[in-house]
Amino acid sequence: MTVRVGGGQGFYGDGHLPLRALLADGVDYLVCEALAELTLAILQKDRQRDETLGYTRDLPLYVAAALDDLLDGRTKLITNAGGINPIGAGRAVVAALRSHGVTGLKVATIVGDDIRPRSGELGLDGEILFANAYLGARPVVDALEAGAHIVIGGRIADASLFLAPLIHEFAWATDDWDLLARGVAGGHLLECSGQVSGGNYSGDWWVDPSPDLVGFPIGEFEADGTFVVTKAEGTGGRVTFDTVREQLLYEVHDPSAYLNPDVTVDLASARLDDLGQDRVRVSGVCGAPAPATYKGLVCRPAGWSAELKATYGWPDAEAKARAAVRYLRGRAEAIGMNVNEWCEEYFGVNAFGGPTVPPSPGGWEPPEVTARLAWRCDSPEEAGRLGREAGLLGLSGPPMIAGTGRSRDGKPTQLLALESLAVPRELVDSQVRVEVTEV
Amino acid sequence: MVTLALRELCGVRSGDKGDISDLSLFADDDAAYEVIRAEVTAERVAAHFGDLVAGTVTRYEVPNVWALKFVLTDALGGGGPRSLRADNLGKTLGGALLRLEIEVPASIAAASVRNGRRAPLDRSG
Repeated sequence: MTVRVGGGQGFYGDGHLPLRALLADGVDYLVCEALAELTLAILQKDRQRDETLGYTRDLPLYVAAALDDLLDGRTKLITNAGGINPIGAGRAVVAALRSHGVTGLKVATIVGDDIRPRSGELGLDGEILFANAYLGARPVVDALEAGAHIVIGGRIADASLFLAPLIHEFAWATDDWDLLARGVAGGHLLECSGQVSGGNYSGDWWVDPSPDLVGFPIGEFEADGTFVVTKAEGTGGRVTFDTVREQLLYEVHDPSAYLNPDVTVDLASARLDDLGQDRVRVSGVCGAPAPATYKGLVCRPAGWSAELKATYGWPDAEAKARAAVRYLRGRAEAIGMNVNEWCEEYFGVNAFGGPTVPPSPGGWEPPEVTARLAWRCDSPEEAGRLGREAGLLGLSGPPMIAGTGRSRDGKPTQLLALESLAVPRELVDSQVRVEVTEV
Repeated sequence: MVTLALRELCGVRSGDKGDISDLSLFADDDAAYEVIRAEVTAERVAAHFGDLVAGTVTRYEVPNVWALKFVLTDALGGGGPRSLRADNLGKTLGGALLRLEIEVPASIAAASVRNGRRAPLDRSG
């Protein structure tokens, strides 16, 4: 038996177009991974505005895209799109299904990753906007065993979303570390959608550069954990040794000890065989016991930022841009603005790469330079003050200013600090629940 | 030996976790891997990034895919939602790593398919 698992989403805001080809190709499970660290911060801002939010709001679109396949039993949908409000997400999906007149589908909602109510026990003080533990595959397996067609969780570890259907289908033991490691390695490769099948590829990316044509990935898993990474027939992008290895090591830190709530994975033990025709077989991955604790992520407010941009044309573009920034910082001082941190960047000079950028060849000047000045203050009111001082640059600053744009530069946004911590497993496991609603 | 920027020899992918930048550097065969393993040390990478990275650089060797992994701490101005930088996730830092110049045997430089390869530039609009 081969189990086909599709990577239908890599982040909140990913494209929906490739889902069609993925589903047409046929996947037993469609896994939509919606959460990055940054996403949780975005969802927190949503929930601050409206308590019923806090999940990725395009979730009903994914359900709608997969609805025919869900109804005829061709696929099941697993997602962590519940974000910091899986109950709200579950309600939104049930409402969407009812509005489509759907009956006979079971929707499972997984809660228990929220550890903010346990802050005291965890020794977390100060204002906490959200605190979540990264759950493993277990509650997703429980949901599948309860017959769920759609499984919605919150902060479930990305790769564990993919491991769960494999545990369910192959009845892998929860301490068979090699098998679990293979499932997690597969999930890790599939969890970023197009990033394994040609997206963000650092090689000759220009050979196939159309993002709308890139096929989202499919993993074809065998009971021994060996799998092939491929993509839907007729789609663009590519699955090769090179695209797969770039994703294999993505954000894993120590490749020999990639930590996941279900297992510790030795990605350096993986053998990659490029079979051609967009098929790469991954085998031999070894595992070790899961970490003793769950990883948690705590979010705290970290001040307010705003920014201004001004672009100057040749000649002396960089000198003008730097003069403009000096003027702005001088104005901030003159009006007594309380700034905790400044960030100066010069696009066209070295905004990206800083000291790694070599000096320009003698006499060469960039045709234009954009100055970007960002700052952090304690309050939005304070951060907003400098925006009102920038107008003088228009007629009274260095010559040839342009391109300040039509956006409202200077409007403050809240900064959020994320911190990871170790969370005792018992504290989390005792509060995890799976609720199944039948529509 | 020839002096070569890593761009001519390696692929790269940048990632982030909190304030950590996580960079993977890929060679294309055993010989090129041995060269980057000898040349691209954690110390050289730390010196290359200078004050862009406030913390430490740790290197891991991944020979099964001819890769080196660099984990850079305090590298993103506080991390994605906290950083004031335009590139708050450090997606461009992999490219910055590719600027690093190393000494490479001429035969390995000549054998690299990446050497001198450039994206075609179409300005026709």
